[in-house]
Amino acid sequence: MFVKKLKDGVVGAVTMFSLLWAGTVSAEWGLNMTPGVTPISREVYDLHMLILYIVTAIGIIVFGVMFWSIIYHRKSKGAVAKQFHHNTFAEIAWTIIPILILVAMAIPATKTLIKMEQTGDAEITVKITGYQWKWKYDYLEDGLSFYSVLAQDSNEARQVGSSIDPAGVDHYLLDVDEPIVLPVGKKVRLLTTAADVIHAWWVPALGWKRDAIPGFINDNWAVIEEPGTYRGQCAELCGKDHGFMPIVLKAVPEAEYVAWVEEKKAEAAARAASGDKEYSMEELMVNGEDLYNKNCASCHMANGQGVPGVFPSLLESQLTITSEGLAEHIDRIINGKGLMPAFGEQLSDADIAAVVTYERNAWGIDTGDIVQPADIKAAR
Amino acid sequence: MSEAVVHEDHHEHHDHKPTGIGRWLFSTNHKDIGTMYLVFALIMFFIGGAMAMVIRLELFQPGLQYVDPLFFNSMTTMHALVMIFGAVMPAGVGLANWLIPMMIGAPDMALPRLNNMSFWILPFAFALLLGTLFMPGGAPNGGWTMYPPLTIQLGDAFPFLIFAVHFLGISSIMGAINVIATVFNMRAPGMTFMRLPLFVWTWIITAFLLIASMPVLAGAVTMMLTDKFFGTSFFSAAGGGDPVMFQHIFWFFGHPEVYILILPAFGIVSQILPTFSRKPLFGYESMVYATASIAFLSFFVWAHHMFTVGMPLAGELFFMYATMSIAVPTGVKIFNWVATMWRGSLTFETPMLFSLAFVILFSIGGFSGLMLAITPVDFQYHDTYFVVAHFHYVLVTGSVFALYAGVYYWLPKWTGHMYDETLGKWHFWISTISVNVLFFPQHFLGLAGMPRRIPDYAVQFADFNMVSSLGGFVFGVSQLLFVYIVIQCVRGGEKATNQVWEGAHGLEWTLPSPPPFHSFTTPPKVTDATAHS
Ligand SMILES: [Cu+2]
Ligand SMILES: [Cu+2]
Repeated sequence: MFVKKLKDGVVGAVTMFSLLWAGTVSAEWGLNMTPGVTPISREVYDLHMLILYIVTAIGIIVFGVMFWSIIYHRKSKGAVAKQFHHNTFAEIAWTIIPILILVAMAIPATKTLIKMEQTGDAEITVKITGYQWKWKYDYLEDGLSFYSVLAQDSNEARQVGSSIDPAGVDHYLLDVDEPIVLPVGKKVRLLTTAADVIHAWWVPALGWKRDAIPGFINDNWAVIEEPGTYRGQCAELCGKDHGFMPIVLKAVPEAEYVAWVEEKKAEAAARAASGDKEYSMEELMVNGEDLYNKNCASCHMANGQGVPGVFPSLLESQLTITSEGLAEHIDRIINGKGLMPAFGEQLSDADIAAVVTYERNAWGIDTGDIVQPADIKAAR
Repeated sequence: MSEAVVHEDHHEHHDHKPTGIGRWLFSTNHKDIGTMYLVFALIMFFIGGAMAMVIRLELFQPGLQYVDPLFFNSMTTMHALVMIFGAVMPAGVGLANWLIPMMIGAPDMALPRLNNMSFWILPFAFALLLGTLFMPGGAPNGGWTMYPPLTIQLGDAFPFLIFAVHFLGISSIMGAINVIATVFNMRAPGMTFMRLPLFVWTWIITAFLLIASMPVLAGAVTMMLTDKFFGTSFFSAAGGGDPVMFQHIFWFFGHPEVYILILPAFGIVSQILPTFSRKPLFGYESMVYATASIAFLSFFVWAHHMFTVGMPLAGELFFMYATMSIAVPTGVKIFNWVATMWRGSLTFETPMLFSLAFVILFSIGGFSGLMLAITPVDFQYHDTYFVVAHFHYVLVTGSVFALYAGVYYWLPKWTGHMYDETLGKWHFWISTISVNVLFFPQHFLGLAGMPRRIPDYAVQFADFNMVSSLGGFVFGVSQLLFVYIVIQCVRGGEKATNQVWEGAHGLEWTLPSPPPFHSFTTPPKVTDATAHS
C-alpha cells in the first residue's frame, strides 16, 4: 500500500510539473548557476558542480539503502526485526569516509579562495558605494564619478498597482540609467563601501558578491574575458527599495572603454558649467521632475505624499509650502537630517535648484518660487 | 520487556484537577503547561503562516500587486521571528514539558512555578511584537537578523522589537534551566544518563545551548538600543563603532540557535524510528556523542553566515573548515537512523511517515548546507533563494515535520484516543508533496540569481516563483487538516492502549492513556531491561 501511495504521489507531482511546464514553454527556466565570464567565476562554477555531484552521489547511496529497507524490510512482507544495535566496523567507516570526502572538497575550495583574495596589481580601480537605493561609481584613476539608478520604465512599472505588464518592460528591474563600464581583459579592482546601511554588490557573471558596509572598504577583483552586458542586484537587505537597486555592468573592448571615459569627462565638465546659467520655470520643472523621480520619489513617493510614520509628506511640510521654509528646504537637501540623506555631494547646483523648484510648485503646492543654481551656491 | 514498570493506580484517586481559567493561568502542572505551549505554538504557526501566504501571494507573479515594499519587508521579518521564536521553539518546549517527566519517571518538572512564568511571558512578548504591525512606520522590516544600521532606522516599533526579544530570551532561558534541573535531579532510580531516551538527551544539550546563546542575543540588541536612544556607537562607523561586530555577536547566538531548533527534532525522530522498525535505535552512544559534538562545534562556525562581509583569508578558511566538519557528526546521525531501519520490521503509521520524510528532506537541507559552507561558492549562494530553500528544508521539512511526527506519535498517549490514521496520512502526503513544490524550485531561483528578501523580481524568475507560490498555498491550507485531526482526536475516538504502538518502549508508555494529572508520584524502578533498549 505504501509503495502504491508513493507511486501515486510521485506521478501526481510529475504531472503537475509537466502541466505547468507545458503552460509556459516560451519562458526561460533558469535551473543552475552560470559559469560566468571570468577565470574565477568558472572555477567557482566547477567547484559548485563538483560538490553538487558529490552530495547527489551520497544522497543516492543513503536514500537507496533507506528505500531498500522501506520496500523489503516491512512488516507486511513478513519481515522479522533483527535486534542488533551496534556494528563497530560500520560506525568507524561512516566516520572516516566522510572525513576523507570533506578533505577532498576542501583542497580545491582553499585554492580558489586564495586566488580570489589576490587583489594586487590591478590596472583600474573603481570604488562602488551603496546608497539607499542606488549605486555610485568612482573611477579613481580618471576622476570620474556618477550614480546609477533603476531605469525609469522599470521604476514606473514596479509601483504598486501600476498595471504595467513587467513582461513588456525591457530587462524589468535589471536595467539602470547609467551602467558601470569596464574594459575586457584587464585586471580591475572593485572596492565596495556604503554611505548609509549595508548593501551588497553582486553581478553573478563575476562569480562573487561582496558587502558594501558603511565605514569599511572591501576589495575585490575581476578580469572579464568576454564583452557583454552583465546584470545583477543588491543582495543585502537595505530597506524599502532593496529590490530596486540593480547593477548593470557593460564590458567593452579597450578602445571603446577609452572613448567612453573621454565622453564622460566631457559630460562632467558641461555639468560643472551649468551652475552659472539662469533657467526658466519650465526648464526647472522639467529637470526637477526627472531628478525628483530618480532621487526622492522612492521615499517621498511620486505624488509627494511620503509614507506615513516613516517618510514625511512634502504636501504638509512647512519647508515646502511656506516661503519662510525656503532656506531650510534648501539646507535639508544639501545637508540632510536623520533618515534624509545629504544630497549636497550627489547633486550639482543646477540639479538641486531644479528639485527645490519642482518640490515647491508640483502637486498643487504652487508657491511660485523659482530657485536658481546661484541660490544653491550661496547656500552651500 | 515493558511490563517491569507497574504504575501505582491508587494515586488516581487523588487526581484533583483545578478547574476554570485558573487551571491554566496558575498552572504548575507539566502536562497543562506543555499543552499550553503546544497550543500557543500552533496559533503562532498559523500567524507566521499567514504572513508567508502574503509573501507568496505577492511573489506569485512579477510586479507589485498587493503590498508595498516596506510592508513586504515587515512580512519576511515578522514571519521569521514568529516562526522561530513563536512556533518552533515553544513547540519544542511543549514537548519537553509533556514528555521529559514521563520519560525519566519524575512527577513533574523540577521548578513548576518557573515553568508557569516562562510560558506566560510568551503571550506578552508576542503582544509587544505583533502590536507593532499597527504602529506608524510599521512592524520591524530590517530582517529577523536585525542588522544595524538598517534596523536602527526603524520607527516606533524599534523598542518594542528589542524588548520582545528580551522577553523571549528570558522565557527560553527559564525553560532551559528547568529542563536541566529536572533531568539532573529528578530521574527515577536506575535511570542513568546513558539510559535516558534520546529525546531527553537532545533536550539537555539544547538547554545548554539556550543558556549559552540567548544572553548573547540580549546583549547585542541592548547595544543596539543604547546606540539608538543613548548616544552610544557600538555599531555606528561614524562614531568609531563597527556594524559588522553586530553580525559577529548575532551569529554567535544565531548558529547555536539553528541547533536549538533542530536538536529536539533529532530526538523525536530517534524515538519514532525504532518504534516503527520494531528494533532498538542503532548506535545509541554515538547518537549522544554526535549530538553533543554538533552542539559544541556550533559555537565555532558562526561566521559562515557572513562570508561576504570581507574577513581575512585565515578567518574565511577557519570558518569553512569548521563548518564542513559539522557534516561528520550529522552524517553519523543519519547513518544511524538508516541502520536502525535496516532489517527491521517496518510499518508506516503517520509518525513514521513524517519521520522518514524528515530523514530524506533534512538530509537534502544538509547537502545544501554543506554547499553553503564552501566559502568561494558561498560568495555566489549567499543571500539568494538558494539559502532560503536551504533553511526551509532544515526548518520546515526538518524541525516542523519532526514536530508533526512527535505530535502524532504521542497524541494518543496525551488524549487517550487514537487520531484518524487515514486523515493523518492524507495530511502527510499533501504536506510532503506541496512542501517540495514550494521549496525545491527555490534552489533553482537562487542559482539563477534571484536575491532573497525582494518583493518583486525580474521576469526570468516568474515561472519558478509561480510554482513555488502554488505549492505554498496548498501547503498552507493543508495544515488546517492537522488542526481538524487534533481536535477530533481530543474529543474522542478509538481508545488508546497504554503502549499505543506495538514497538514503543520507554516509561511514558507504561502509564495509562491519558496519563493521570500527576504521574509517577512514586518513582518507577528502571533496569537495563526497561530502559531504551
Ligand atoms: Cu539592498
Ligand atoms: Cu550557521
